[in-house]
Amino acid sequence: MELERHEYDVVVVGAGGAGLRAAIEAHEAGARTAVVCKSLLGKAHTVMAEGGIAAAMANLYPEDNWRVHFRDTMRGGKMLNHWRMAQLHAQEAPDRVRELEDWGALFDRTPDGLISQRDFGGHRYARLAHVGDRTGLELIRTLQQRTVALGIDVYMECTVTRLLTGPAGDGGAGEEHGVTGAFGYWRESGRFVAWQAPSVVLATGGIGKSYKVTSNSWEYTGDGHSLALQAGATLVNMEFVQFHPTGMVWPPSVRGILVTESVRGDGGVLKNSAGNRFMFDYIPDFFRKETAETEEEADRWYEDKKNNRRPPELLPRDEVARAINSEVKAGRGTPHGGVFLDIASRRPAEYIRKRLPSMYHQFKELAEVDITAEAMEVGPTCHYVMGGVEVEPDTEAARVPGLFAAGEVAGGMHGSNRLGGNSLSDLLVFGRRAGLAAAEHAAEREHTRGVLAEDALADAARAALAPFEREGGENPYTVQHDLQQTMHDLVGIIRTAPEMEQALERIAALKERVAALSVEGHRQYNPGWHLALDLPHMLLVSECIARAALAREESRGGHTRDDFPATDEEWARTNLVCALAPDGDVALTRQPLPQMPPELTEIFES
Amino acid sequence: MPAPRRAAIAERTLRTDRWWVQPLVTVVVLVLFIAYSTFRAFQNAYYYAEPYISPFYSPCITTRCEGDSFPEFFTGPVWISPAIYILVLPLGIRLTCYYYRKAYYRSFWLSPPACAVAEPHRRYTGETRFPLIGQNVHRYFLYAALLFNLILFYEAFRGFRDETGEWGHMGLGTLILLVNAVMLFLYSVSCHSCRHIVGGRLNNFSRHPLRYRAWGLVSKLNARHMQYAWVSLLTVALADFYVFLLATGTITDLRFF
Amino acid sequence: MTYDATFRVWRGDAAGGDLQTFTVAVNEGEVVLDVIHRLQATQAGDLAVRWNCKAGKCGSCSAEVNGRPRLMCMTRMSTFAETETVTVTPLRTFPVIRDLVTDVSYNYEKAAQIPAFAPRPREADGSHRMQQVDVERSQEFRKCIECWLCQDTCHVIRDHEENKRSFAGPRFLIRLAELDMHPLDERDRRDAAQDEFGLGYCNITKCCSEVCPEGIHLTDNGIIPLKERVVDRRFDPLTWLGSKIGRRPSR
Repeated sequence: MELERHEYDVVVVGAGGAGLRAAIEAHEAGARTAVVCKSLLGKAHTVMAEGGIAAAMANLYPEDNWRVHFRDTMRGGKMLNHWRMAQLHAQEAPDRVRELEDWGALFDRTPDGLISQRDFGGHRYARLAHVGDRTGLELIRTLQQRTVALGIDVYMECTVTRLLTGPAGDGGAGEEHGVTGAFGYWRESGRFVAWQAPSVVLATGGIGKSYKVTSNSWEYTGDGHSLALQAGATLVNMEFVQFHPTGMVWPPSVRGILVTESVRGDGGVLKNSAGNRFMFDYIPDFFRKETAETEEEADRWYEDKKNNRRPPELLPRDEVARAINSEVKAGRGTPHGGVFLDIASRRPAEYIRKRLPSMYHQFKELAEVDITAEAMEVGPTCHYVMGGVEVEPDTEAARVPGLFAAGEVAGGMHGSNRLGGNSLSDLLVFGRRAGLAAAEHAAEREHTRGVLAEDALADAARAALAPFEREGGENPYTVQHDLQQTMHDLVGIIRTAPEMEQALERIAALKERVAALSVEGHRQYNPGWHLALDLPHMLLVSECIARAALAREESRGGHTRDDFPATDEEWARTNLVCALAPDGDVALTRQPLPQMPPELTEIFES
Repeated sequence: MPAPRRAAIAERTLRTDRWWVQPLVTVVVLVLFIAYSTFRAFQNAYYYAEPYISPFYSPCITTRCEGDSFPEFFTGPVWISPAIYILVLPLGIRLTCYYYRKAYYRSFWLSPPACAVAEPHRRYTGETRFPLIGQNVHRYFLYAALLFNLILFYEAFRGFRDETGEWGHMGLGTLILLVNAVMLFLYSVSCHSCRHIVGGRLNNFSRHPLRYRAWGLVSKLNARHMQYAWVSLLTVALADFYVFLLATGTITDLRFF
Repeated sequence: MTYDATFRVWRGDAAGGDLQTFTVAVNEGEVVLDVIHRLQATQAGDLAVRWNCKAGKCGSCSAEVNGRPRLMCMTRMSTFAETETVTVTPLRTFPVIRDLVTDVSYNYEKAAQIPAFAPRPREADGSHRMQQVDVERSQEFRKCIECWLCQDTCHVIRDHEENKRSFAGPRFLIRLAELDMHPLDERDRRDAAQDEFGLGYCNITKCCSEVCPEGIHLTDNGIIPLKERVVDRRFDPLTWLGSKIGRRPSR
């Protein structure tokens, strides 16, 4: 078998914010580091993040501090977050933002010359460091340029299909089992490549491509989740999938593309077809104390945040998405099945163009809508998975020695619902921690490196080539389409037991179809083949979501059960954990939520 | 032929629009202007008609235009047209102008004729060597042009005197010379070098608020530099032609007061 | 609102290829990339195309549509007549890998050569203070999504492969401009811009500005100001003299 081989201390899979931040840290800690990514460098999904990076820097509100941010994050996640991750995140985010400036990032400024911060849903104070509405691009470009300046090796357009595990050392008795490296292929040539490394950091992002309407790109196939499971790690909170309330709905070809929350943070409001600001009818008791009750109060808040409460449009995303869903179901939607998001009648055209340039551009180019003159039509779109690889909060280490995970692929940090802006800060805080821990782990293994098992490499190669061996099978695009339809219809924003049971049956059937599909052409840059290799990952992760969602008999955050519409005391103390059983099935276990120490519980008592 | 390993596409361009129209128009207009201005420069006659002087010949540096309203600056040999000395500088600013460079590199040198249309040259070194490296002296032509702008304003204001030198006159010629002076001035100050000199070279605008404002103003004008380049080219030819008509006695000046 | 369009798509690799004609359905509101995806899903499963966000934010799906460098995801089908044949070809300036995918490694090699950002130290309170007006110019260039359309259209390398050695292309000239205008950066890149990255090759014919999907004014706001900054250092005896007698203009 023709195989290109490399040796590193740390291999980072994924070149979005978390991956690049991890690679930078690992490199600076002295580890020989490589980044492997499916796309070209700088194209990762992080570029799509628009609003900003949440960090309690208190540049605009001196009252803000990590405790307030921690409280907002936990409440946004309906208290199901891993408290330690939420704490580290709130404490370290400001430093992570500041160091980006040392690497060339140029954030928008306050009149004092500091980093400006903007309002976002669920955040008590204006807290999001931003650059217009293209913060993700700034983040990825800054980290990319830093990565290049440090001379870190990047394997672009290269897909990892397997994590390799084995005895950590030369195979002696009683040795610890752990990660030994990774196997993948070059998209360009289809040739195989293997990296031997004692530490692998997964930073592969999310799973959105399993859904029909999504803001996610093709890369979001859940491959990191699936690789971790197959290597023996566990996934936590997989039932929680965030539907962003505002995706484009028209024309059909752009359905799902994100409309940033900043539109609402900067004054935009949601209206139904009758012209009513319906969000006032959907304020849950949990947030009633801090939400405005009248339009007048809500409008005053933009000018005076101390004496007024927040507009209900800025409730956490799960609340807003459910409200939009209900309005449309009740027949008060727009002609194309969304609701109106109106900033045109509330802010001057110049302000809109200045604050939201890429939204202006996106609607103008793709929908022929001028957002400074008319309302946008928006509806929920699959955006983010809160669930992911179960990790140690301080090191991002998964249950398999040598495996780390950071960013969207890791679970726990966001509980049942993520606040806007907490994703970019999550990438930076935990990307750095994962990179550091991965480098330390590699240093400990300096003299006991595991080797790549030849039979495992041969098996991985055989599996990758299997779709070419079969003839006359189904086309992978059809299978993907059917999976997306299944998840959209049956495991979507509102769920019921019978539908999810049906989804599991369909997923089982799809697994059989995937095992039989075939691809045309040859190995050189063949998207049909690439999709065929992604599909098993998508199916495995979809199964985890459906199983966990079926088991959790309550509604909380990004998981809404029509048959169990209330939150439940017992479930409030329980996490669901997915693992791969030896027979290849997904095994689900209940696990108690980690106990928050008293000095943190105090924060919620005031 | 495509370079090795590039996609084998034989067509010089696959553009389906009429990409050749713009360079063609540029060539036609510029050739007409060059022909006209060359003829006028060598004609060495009909360039003043009290109280007006053609912008091609101002400031008047021969004894020919001595009269009631023109002072004597400098006397060169009569057989050399004074326009030859004078036109070198406006020609210089336009030749080295960042806008005209685009226009003539595209339309005359076909480098490239239009975007994504292959150029016909085998080698290309751009402005890296002599003589084109000389384009970098653009700012010195700007300084000279600003001096000429002053002179043209001076000449235009002298149009408020009548042919006997008495103040309180205005004719169509006055207006034409004034508009021409304004357009040429806008062309000069909207120039990229000017934008750089007034403030563009700074890195911390907030420490230089006045220069920042000046830079902002010039930047606004700079966005219309191309328009000023064409309009001022037309006004200068028109102003000269008007003086020519007066000087040959073809028409008489329309007098407002 | 659905109609059948005629598409000519270049298929092949470095060894050769040609334009192949397809008849394919087009629905209301679609862009060229949607149609390419439909071809992939129904008629040519192995048609190679690079794409990611499909929202004009990542700059992956660059190609030439009817001879003009464009993002396929931002080229609406409604800009063509229903009877018009739409021709889609790979970027011409770069070696082709397969079908619409080209080898853009030239750009990554140039990126690695740019002298890195070198900031002044932080202030005593650990912050960097900059006013909005100080950051806006460089922010414009940081909007760049690295779609390489400007690199593709630039005749300096499009028509002259041999210039790739000495010319970095418009994207990296504005990267140099961005760093040179960056209020925190302390490194002087003017000599490098001229000597190593080929600023002098640019004859400001502005095709880069014309194709930029982000509307960045590469020429007027980036390359020309950079040329003027180089003039300050290299070609203007007055500023040269000023720097020699110690009156260095504060930047």
